[in-house]
Amino acid sequence: MSAIELQGISKIWGETTAVNDVSFSIDQGTFAVLLGPSGCGKSTSLRMISGLEEISQGKLVINGKDMTTASPAERHLSMVFQNYALFPHLNVEENILFGLKVRKTPKPVQSDRLQKVAQQVGLEQLLDRKPAQLSGGQRQRVALARAIIAENPICLMDEPLSNLDAKLRHIMRVEIRALQQRLGMTVIYVTHDQAEAMSMADKVILMCNGKIEQEGTPEELYNKPATTFAAAFIGTPPMNLIDPAACDIGKKISAKKKDQFLIGIRPEDITLSDNKGLKAELVSADYLGADTVVTAKINDQEILVRTPGKVAISAPVSTRLQWDEKAVHVFDKSTGKRNDEIEVQSF
Amino acid sequence: MKHVSTKHQLYGWLLLLPAALFLLAFTYYPTLATLAKSFFSQGTAIRPSEFVGLENYTFMLEDDVFWRVAWNNVIYALFTIPISIALALMMAIWVNSRLKYKSLARMSFFLPTMLPMIAVANIWLFFYSPEIGLIDQVTAVFGVESHNWLGDPDTVLGCIIVITIWKEAGFFMIFYLAALQTLSPELEEAARLEGASRWYYFRRIMFPLLMPTTLFVLINAIINSFKLVDHLFILTKGGPDNASSLLLYYIYEVAFSFLDQAYASTLTVILLAVLAIIAIGQFVFLDKKVHYQ
Repeated sequence: MSAIELQGISKIWGETTAVNDVSFSIDQGTFAVLLGPSGCGKSTSLRMISGLEEISQGKLVINGKDMTTASPAERHLSMVFQNYALFPHLNVEENILFGLKVRKTPKPVQSDRLQKVAQQVGLEQLLDRKPAQLSGGQRQRVALARAIIAENPICLMDEPLSNLDAKLRHIMRVEIRALQQRLGMTVIYVTHDQAEAMSMADKVILMCNGKIEQEGTPEELYNKPATTFAAAFIGTPPMNLIDPAACDIGKKISAKKKDQFLIGIRPEDITLSDNKGLKAELVSADYLGADTVVTAKINDQEILVRTPGKVAISAPVSTRLQWDEKAVHVFDKSTGKRNDEIEVQSF
Repeated sequence: MKHVSTKHQLYGWLLLLPAALFLLAFTYYPTLATLAKSFFSQGTAIRPSEFVGLENYTFMLEDDVFWRVAWNNVIYALFTIPISIALALMMAIWVNSRLKYKSLARMSFFLPTMLPMIAVANIWLFFYSPEIGLIDQVTAVFGVESHNWLGDPDTVLGCIIVITIWKEAGFFMIFYLAALQTLSPELEEAARLEGASRWYYFRRIMFPLLMPTTLFVLINAIINSFKLVDHLFILTKGGPDNASSLLLYYIYEVAFSFLDQAYASTLTVILLAVLAIIAIGQFVFLDKKVHYQ
């Protein structure tokens, strides 16, 4: 039985439809990430699951029960907010215990759980501090502790790491994932950061314009993007989407109407060569340390190439690009959908 | 080195001088002069003013009118302060919620504050007038006999209290509204998810976070409760039989109607002392309980 199931859920505000007929289900113990650019409806979907936002259409099932119109408290969910939502006048201990006190949990249970949770998130020394006396990472831990102390099976997280610096974000990513696996929680995690999605998720639900674009494991999204949007959203730098007509590579495509397709190749799947392959001109380079992202140009089409080591380009250089046929993805130009029937030869 | 520092100090003092002069001339000198005057008798053409020690103070303790107005002032403060603050908070929470005609509601609550005191007093004079007044006209429908609201010693102070609450609640509402808008809606959402009722959220989260505003509003309300003069001018002149007179109005009467400046100074010293004690109490006891962000 899935822990959470959304059946055709929509959110409509007057004329605008923020979330449009979204359906997915998440199994018990899964770390699911709702991924998408801002305004794609991922946060609204999460808020509808939490009950903070009403569901305009569709059905929400939590642990087999219809919770479409249930109050937030009846859904037995925990939530970590983007700005932590810590109560500034209460100290760490009171913040963590807030929910237990509301529900009048017996005092001994409260202190047992507090001790356990504080140790799990590393806050034992800070229990009497006020939120203002904590660093961003520590506040984040308090918010996490408050979410897990309720021992709810499902935890929702709304961009919880977006206020932290890059290094701390990485540490917290690892910690949240470890905590989720240790406690066997079902987590629905909203983010616009694909690196978070790729590194933490068991399942990624990629959204765009209020609809689900693709749903699957991180590997599936990376290796088999279902649409051009998914292809361009996942991966840094994103996948190159090349119009075959612009680069004179139409002859390599097996289809008859060659101008109806886009071919996608990830920058890391392209290699630079001196003698074989497609003629191109290198125009600029973006050095990242371990590798360099080079911008190549064929006529007016820009193609990014990831190449190891440092490459310096002061003036345009001619080169040739090579790729393997297995690395090529084909999409329909008009619909943006993946098309696996067309074959493209390698360069 | 030393030379430079004295020069700097002089420079600093010169910058402070204009403000300090005004403060001295209009705050400290009058306060001290009042205190001094309260130990002297009122001078007349025949008998010049002379030092009388605490005579003015003993006269005050035997003055029935003083006790009457002091008691009036206590009642006035005890009713206007808590009720206007509570109303202000309720109105602020109400107009801060998702309301259809939010700005209209906000404006109508704030309107009494924007009106000049004299206009307010005239409006209420019309409400309270016997027989032709709004209140009497409405009660007449239910067969209630006409009542001279402002002419009856039993009801006149209540009438003044109602006007003050009506006028002050809207003013204090603005401060609460501003404070409420700085509270993150996420806090309420977090509390709702945990199953906290609205009352629990108000008691444990919202009200404590509004404490700085409450303290500020409280101090203002207390000062205002000792400051009322203008309504009394228009509505009652302190009567009937001093039933609606308050401390400051009595001081005004003593000083400018009875022309007894010595006794007025004595009363002023008492008023200042009371206000000072209240202010110190607030800062010493309440400040510790207030959470500042």
